[in-house]
Formats: sequence, C-alpha cells, structure tokens
Amino acid sequence: MTITDLSSDADTAARGVIDPSVPLLSVQDLTLGTGTGGRRPVPIVEGVSFDVAAGERTGIVGESGSGKSLTLRAIAGLLPGGVQVQSGRISYGGTDLLTMSARRRRELMGPEIAMVFQEPMTALNPVMRVGDQIAEGPRRHLGLGRKEALDLAVQMMARTGIPDPARRARAYPHELSGGLRQRIMIAMAVSCGPKLLLCDEPTTALDVTVQLQVLKLLERLCADTGTALVFVTHDLAVVNQTCSDVDVMYAGHIVESGPVAEVFRAPKHPYTRGLLESAPDFDRPDRELVPIPGFPPNVADRGPGCPFAPRCGYVTDHCWTAMPPLAAVAPGRLAACFETDRLGDPL
Amino acid sequence: MITTENVPALQVAGLTKSYSLGTSWLSRLLRRGSSTLTALDGVDLELRRGEVLALVGESGSGKSTLAKILVGSTGPTAGTVQHAGSAAGKRDRESSRRVQMVFQDPYSSLNPRLTVGAVLGELLRLHDVVPRSEVRAESIRLLGLVGMEADVLDAYPSQFSGGQRQRLAIARALAVRPDVLIADEPVSALDVSVQATILELFSRLREELGLSVLFIAHNLAVVQHLADRVAVMYLGRIVEVAPTAELFASPRHPYPRALIDSIPRMTAGSVNDEFELDGEPPSPYDVPAGCRFHPRCPLADDGCRATDPALLTIGPARQSACLKADELATIPLPDLTPLTENADDAVELPR
Repeated sequence: MTITDLSSDADTAARGVIDPSVPLLSVQDLTLGTGTGGRRPVPIVEGVSFDVAAGERTGIVGESGSGKSLTLRAIAGLLPGGVQVQSGRISYGGTDLLTMSARRRRELMGPEIAMVFQEPMTALNPVMRVGDQIAEGPRRHLGLGRKEALDLAVQMMARTGIPDPARRARAYPHELSGGLRQRIMIAMAVSCGPKLLLCDEPTTALDVTVQLQVLKLLERLCADTGTALVFVTHDLAVVNQTCSDVDVMYAGHIVESGPVAEVFRAPKHPYTRGLLESAPDFDRPDRELVPIPGFPPNVADRGPGCPFAPRCGYVTDHCWTAMPPLAAVAPGRLAACFETDRLGDPL
Repeated sequence: MITTENVPALQVAGLTKSYSLGTSWLSRLLRRGSSTLTALDGVDLELRRGEVLALVGESGSGKSTLAKILVGSTGPTAGTVQHAGSAAGKRDRESSRRVQMVFQDPYSSLNPRLTVGAVLGELLRLHDVVPRSEVRAESIRLLGLVGMEADVLDAYPSQFSGGQRQRLAIARALAVRPDVLIADEPVSALDVSVQATILELFSRLREELGLSVLFIAHNLAVVQHLADRVAVMYLGRIVEVAPTAELFASPRHPYPRALIDSIPRMTAGSVNDEFELDGEPPSPYDVPAGCRFHPRCPLADDGCRATDPALLTIGPARQSACLKADELATIPLPDLTPLTENADDAVELPR
C-alpha cells in the first residue's frame, strides 16, 4: 500500500470536499488579531489573500513577527490562545474551513491537510513510541487496524529515509536525533496522504547537511503524490530551493507575491529588495551587504500608511497616509507599493 | 626571531575536554563502568592578531565547548591555552580580561533588571578601566563604538530590538578593552534584515580596534562574508583550516566539501547531489574508529576505516585531516551560474 493508493480520487470524492474548479486552498482577506472583550483589538495579520493550486509549492517568507506562522496556523485551525480570526475566509477545495463544524474540520486534518512543525522535540509525544504516533492518524482516518496501521507507519518511515525503520518504530522521540525526529514528523504528516502539507520552518533547527536531506525529502514526497506545499521560513535561500512561488510578508501584510525566480531577480517591493540586499549570497561573496535601516514595527502602534514606510528608501508623502493595496504589477506578479516603478533591480 | 607582531593572539595546543557520565548510584551499584564524552579531542588552533577566524561545524562538534574554555568559564581536561605575552596555561585576571565573549541570544544575555549604564559602569569600576569620575564618559564612548547614542544609558534591555541588544552586548564585551572577542553565533538569533548591521560592526571593530575575533557560526554564507580564515570542526576535532576563499573554492576535507554542497543557494540552480551525506553526525559517546568521518564519507575506503588521520599541513596556511586530501582536490565543485548573469534561463525553475 502506498500514499497514492490511500488518497485515491474516489476516496476523496466520497468525502465530498474537493471541487476541482477552484484552487485547492484559497485564503481571502484574512485578518487575525488579539483583544476581544473590552480591549482595543490589535490586528496581527491584516487582509492576507493568496491561493494555492493542487500540487503547487508556495513559500511564505518574512521576519519574526511578520505573521507568517500565524497565517499558517490559522489554516490548520491551530491558532494560539488569545488570537482569533477577525474576518476573512479560508476555503479548502471550495468549502469554507472557518464556518465548518469543529468536528468536520478535525476530520480534514490528516487525510486532507497536514502540518509539519519547527521543533520536532516539542511536537512529538515524549511518552509514546514514534511508530504508534505515526499509526494514530491512519487508524483514526483510514480505518486501519492496529497491526495494519503500524505496518503502514514502518513503510512511511522507510519512505522518509529512516534506516532500520522497523526497529526505530519502537523508539521514543528522545532516543532519536533531530533529523530523525523531523523525518518522523514528516512521516506522520504524510501518513494519510494529505493534499496540502503545511510546513512551519521545518529545517530551522537542523544542521545544514541534514537540512538538505529533509528539503529533498519534502520535494520528492510532494512530487510523487501531487501534494501541495505551503512552506513558511525566514530563509530566502531555502525558499529558492524548495518552492515555485513566494509570498513575502511584512508586519502582517503580504507585500509581494510571484514566482520565486522572478521575485528574487527583480523584486517589485522595496522590502523584498532590502531583504535580498541584506542577506549574504554564497555565490556572490564580494557583494556588499546593505542592511535595512531601523527595525520591524510593533503591530500595536502602527500608523495608517504603509508599514514599511519608516524604513523605506523610496518613501513619499502618500506612503504615510494610505496603505498601498496588493496589486498586479506584471504578469503573475503582485506588489503592495505606490513607488514600485521607481525600484531598480537589487545589487 | 619572535617579535610581538607574529605572536598569535591566542594559541591553543592539544586541547581536550571530556565529561564523565554514568556515575549515578545505580551505575555504581551495578558496577558499570562510567562512560566518557569527549567534547574536544586534541585541538590545536591559533588565532592571529587582527584576524577574524570562523569556527564552523554541526551541533555537537565542540565549537561552544572550545569557546567556553577560551573565555575561562570551564577548564580543559588536557592541553593549554596561551594568550599573547603570557605563560601557557596560566589563567589570571589579566588574561581573563583580554578575552571577552558575545553570546548568541541577546534576549537572555543581558540582565533585564539593570540599565545599560549600570551594566557598563559595573564593569568599568570593577576592572578599574578608567577613573571613577570618567565612567560615564567612557560608557558613552563605548556606545558610540557600537553605533548607539548616549541617551540609552538609562534604558533597560527590554526597550531595545534584537539588533540593538546585540550592539549593547558587544559594547559590554568591549568595556574591559579586550584584544580577543569570542562571538558564539552572534547573528543567528537576529532577523535577516538586521544581521548585516552586526556583521558590519564586527568588521569595523576589527579594523578600528585591531581586535582578533573568533566567530563561531553555522551559516557559511555569513562566514564567507566576514572571515579571513575558517576552521572546520567535526566531532571534537578540527578537520580543516584554510583561508576563507581557498576553503570555499577547493575544500580539502570531505566534510567541509559536503557542507559547501549543502548550502541552500539564493540564485537558481539546485544544490549538488554528488556529495550529499548519508545519515547524521554520530554520537560523541561513540566515536567511530579510524577517521571519525568515514561512516558518512563518500570517499572512505579500508585505509580510512583503520587510520585516524592527523591534522597535517597540506599547503601554505592550509591544514587538513584527511587521507584523501589530494584526491579530493581533483573533484570539481559544482558550477552554479548566478541568476543575474543568465537571466533568461534562470526563470526556468529547477525540478
């Protein structure tokens, strides 16, 4: 039995969630914030919209506090306490996840949508054998018996490149290295053959040689099964290696969106350009690094204008008073900047 | 003839650090032998005056243990650390003052209950760096060195962003006028857009103050940008030392070679497959016999499984601990054409 068999089209049609005429995932005007009950609501993510087609690999990049992880968690229905969806729509295969019953939504998590977290040590249950943790989803969602589910777990572990999977399935998380734990998380996430895999900085805690192994594994799994990927990271180079499209987030807004190669070659938003110029590029060691002046704004005390205005070299009076909309600037390219035409290519 | 010019700022010889484990009452009761973890195993290294030497390696390779011994927060099991102008192995107040540390996480390395002025003032008074009447002026001078204004003296660390806190941590390290800075991953906790400002600060301080910097990092793009020389560690040993440009152009040990091939690239072109390593670093409790890299090495043969290679000089200013250093030099690095020079092809994404 393989992942493809488990998630055959007939199976999905029976669940009745996928409408092939709409994008697999569509996030529309999503606003997340804190503060209900007396206190002034503070939006942390504001008006975020993007689509992910079946099989597409989309990266979301941004610095800490940009709202990239919260956006991902909202899709998975795993927002931390105190943060709520204030407006917007998240639809999966044409069905709105936000108005769905909690029970129905839980049914989707695993066989349709799955998530890989940054810290495999805290995301795994420390007192349960890893094989049993992987088998939990298939037992619950695919109706497999204990023995069958465990066999599937061992197969999944083999697929993620874990040596000696039958023996390792009996291990507890603390007995495994960071790279192996992250493979267990990935095996768990893909065990029910999801159509959409959400990854929150899955390689940030890993060493560089192991990071490469895990990125290749994700790429291969997605290519084999046609799984769509939403990949959140702060590392531009990792996005370039993993994704076909990228959304750049700054202070709770998507400020630029487009195919990775084009966005990196000719960014249309000053923040994207600044990020590219400030990050060292291994292939161009002699290039001077240009830091972005200042630091990211506090979401609680933001003005009405563009959130990047205080750090932007292209700022005009208009930028302080109005928020530029995310608009088409070239075929397949979106940017939220009034001055995008003045932007040169990065160094 | 030895002049002060070519005496290294720090000279480390045969440095070994082992931790004894498994001496719990249960182990003693069962008469089990105690196990030993060797975090550093005979490390020789010199930090030259005025250079930035990068120390790279995976987690558990012993980088941070080496840093701790250099600043004196722990002692070695064997081996010596010699500071310029003092006797080998001798640790006194003076040699402690001369080697200062900048930590990875500026959110936890600054006391949240002391103002910036109190942090700097305490050090300046304790070490009698300047007369008491000049403590405030000296604090302002230190802040100026790291690009901050005098008006932050009365502020608390929580009022600053990550990048500013790291500047304060650097100012604190500079307060006692060290000649060596040990920086343990000083930018990896910072946002990408502010990392460049801290890297710039390190280059400037090296030039203005003639500091020698040992820069511990895992991001090779950062290392390439900042360092004059690179030392690569693997499982408690140094496996290669080379000038930065030479290391990245032609690594002579398979581990740094694999590291270079694993770097995610900003420009089009996928990372190279040929040198992808299997598995992960073995446990330091159970170091492989022979060359400690051989279980993961694509070039390993019977010789590598039997012989533990020493760090040997293989060229001017280059050292490698590999029996196949010469063979490796003949395997070319992958050619990755930067996106900017070949824009038309670059839009095609690698699959």
